[in-house]
Amino acid sequence: MDPTAAKYIGAGIACIGMGGAGVGVGIIFGNYLAAALRNPSAAQGQFGNLIFGFAITEALGIFSLLIALLLLFGL
Amino acid sequence: MQIDPIHQFEIKTLLPMMNVGGHQISFNNSALFMFIIVGTVSTLLIGATTRRAVVPGRLQSIAELSYEFVANTVRSSAGTEGMKFFPFVFTLFMFVLFANLIGLIPYSFTVTSQLIVTATLALLVFFIVVGYGFWKNGWHFLNLFVPKGVPKLILPAIVFIEVLSFLSRPVSHSVRLFANMLAGHITLQVFAGFVIMLAGAGVLGWFGAALPFIMVVLLTALEFLVAFLQAYVFAILTCIYLNDAIHPGH
Repeated sequence: MDPTAAKYIGAGIACIGMGGAGVGVGIIFGNYLAAALRNPSAAQGQFGNLIFGFAITEALGIFSLLIALLLLFGL
Repeated sequence: MQIDPIHQFEIKTLLPMMNVGGHQISFNNSALFMFIIVGTVSTLLIGATTRRAVVPGRLQSIAELSYEFVANTVRSSAGTEGMKFFPFVFTLFMFVLFANLIGLIPYSFTVTSQLIVTATLALLVFFIVVGYGFWKNGWHFLNLFVPKGVPKLILPAIVFIEVLSFLSRPVSHSVRLFANMLAGHITLQVFAGFVIMLAGAGVLGWFGAALPFIMVVLLTALEFLVAFLQAYVFAILTCIYLNDAIHPGH
């Protein structure tokens, strides 16, 4: 296979990993919203935890994006 | 028409200075924008706090709001003892926030889209956490890696995982900010490229170009949210890491 073509295909495959991060971020915000509607007075205090969980989950998706970017422009 | 979305991140030498061991040391556009960021933040905060009114004006409100916001974040995630690190966290937050926001101005340079800048900031946080942790707690700081109430059989595996996750913190801390800014700016550039390509295709293309143009406007709004959110995430993670150094017991 042509190495350049393999590089582009690899970058595309690497981006599939972002789907998992998308699912994770959706679960975090969905559960936060569900909990906030049940007990709106406690929602404000958990905002920091929400953002923390979001950041940790998002990082994993960002890593796969980084691999894709490295394949496209770095290597 | 070929549009290179990576071109905007190019480092340009503005003022060559000297050569140390084959490495060129010079004043580049990244350094220029760092000076602009520090200047903007300093002017804003000093200007806002010189005339301290009981009823704050617009500028003073901005300064007070950002102060209160960061102070609440530090207090809630690192405790009152963490407030001695407030100047550090506030500086980091304002620098990253203004780097992200100034980077959104067209034709400007985003300092935080350079991995070396975010890696330096993350390593600074990492070494402050390690240094302060050992200085304050001595060898008890290593209790951080040994959670209580874990069966002895799986303890070595847990300690290994804890050490590994501790060491990978600066990597994820820096790459998160870097990749978010990089990906956002590439997306903006790619959609802006669609506008130009479609508009160049004739009268019918002008109507088609309206769609990616609306998309660019919406993405810019999203990027403002991301710019603020990533600065906040950077600050809150700094607080959580500092909390480990202040209270190492699980």
